[in-house]
Amino acid sequence: MLELLQRVFGREASRTSKYLAKERLRLVLMHDRMDISPQILESLRADLLKVITEYMVVDEGATEIALHRGQGSVALVANIPVLKMKRLPQKLKN
Amino acid sequence: MGEALVITSGKGGVGKTTTAANIGTSLAMMGYRVVLVDADIGLRNLDVVMGLENRIVYDLVDVVQGRCRLRQALIRDRRFESLFLLPAAQTKDKTAVNPEQVRDLCQELEKENDYIIVDCPAGIEQGFRNAIAGANKAIVVTTPEVAAVRDADRIIGLLEASELRNPLLILNRIRSRMVKRGDMLDVEDVIEHLAIDLLGIVPEDETIIISTNRGEPAVLNVNSRAGAAYRNISRRIVGEEVPLIDLEANGSFVQRVKRLFGLRTG
Repeated sequence: MLELLQRVFGREASRTSKYLAKERLRLVLMHDRMDISPQILESLRADLLKVITEYMVVDEGATEIALHRGQGSVALVANIPVLKMKRLPQKLKN
Repeated sequence: MGEALVITSGKGGVGKTTTAANIGTSLAMMGYRVVLVDADIGLRNLDVVMGLENRIVYDLVDVVQGRCRLRQALIRDRRFESLFLLPAAQTKDKTAVNPEQVRDLCQELEKENDYIIVDCPAGIEQGFRNAIAGANKAIVVTTPEVAAVRDADRIIGLLEASELRNPLLILNRIRSRMVKRGDMLDVEDVIEHLAIDLLGIVPEDETIIISTNRGEPAVLNVNSRAGAAYRNISRRIVGEEVPLIDLEANGSFVQRVKRLFGLRTG
């Protein structure tokens, strides 16, 4: 019923100003919180490498990890050169 | 041994001072011994909201700089024996005090009072750092607007960095009609973004303006919806379990008629 009314008055959920506010808030908070310290980024890098090196040998010295902000989105971009694949751990083979 | 709560928000105009006055007053109504501390040096307002502006002799800066004793600067409330106000200085600025001095002051006040409610200035500079220095607990006030929630998020980060963990949220000035028609963020939206515990919600209410005009906190008015919300919040502060106020109640005809005849609805 409410849905019908909303359609009649041309206000789908995604058009309400509340929806806009939510979306803008999400982005603005993400950008604000991106301001993370180099120590935290370094700790993230170390944790990522710990997981990745279980599967492959990578060039740790040439690894780059950074947060990139674009229009309307934020991405964690990691460039990790692979030197050699490891044999898959037994537990993953099944 | 008392507890010091700081009321903070980052953004100005979201209702910090109103919140401090109402929480302080309702805690005193419940019989607790309470001191309201106005930490907004240079822009004092808590005295006006409390209706005590004509009784100020000494202020916080006088106490900290040793021009008077703490006891001399505390103004006893007209209505409640166990409620006191320590006003901010109006002619100095926030550099007149430092965080260590405020910490000492709060510790001194905690000895003889149950609750110290510190009204924090807007912003994140020294005034903020002074205000939070003596607190054991923080309450973050925000309104359902992008700018206010964003500032609240920043403040929560700063509080946690200063060892004031697990701040509690008050969402102020909610207009249930706007929420219903999809034109205002609701409680869930705000909580989802800020990821902190909710202490209470307060509806937008004209009686707040009237009570500020009179210098009588809204918790004293049995017909004020916001006053009822603040009384609930205070009961939660002392550890009672109280359900959230029903924001819809405002619109119902029966409720309005009841209120017209002065019956309690909150």
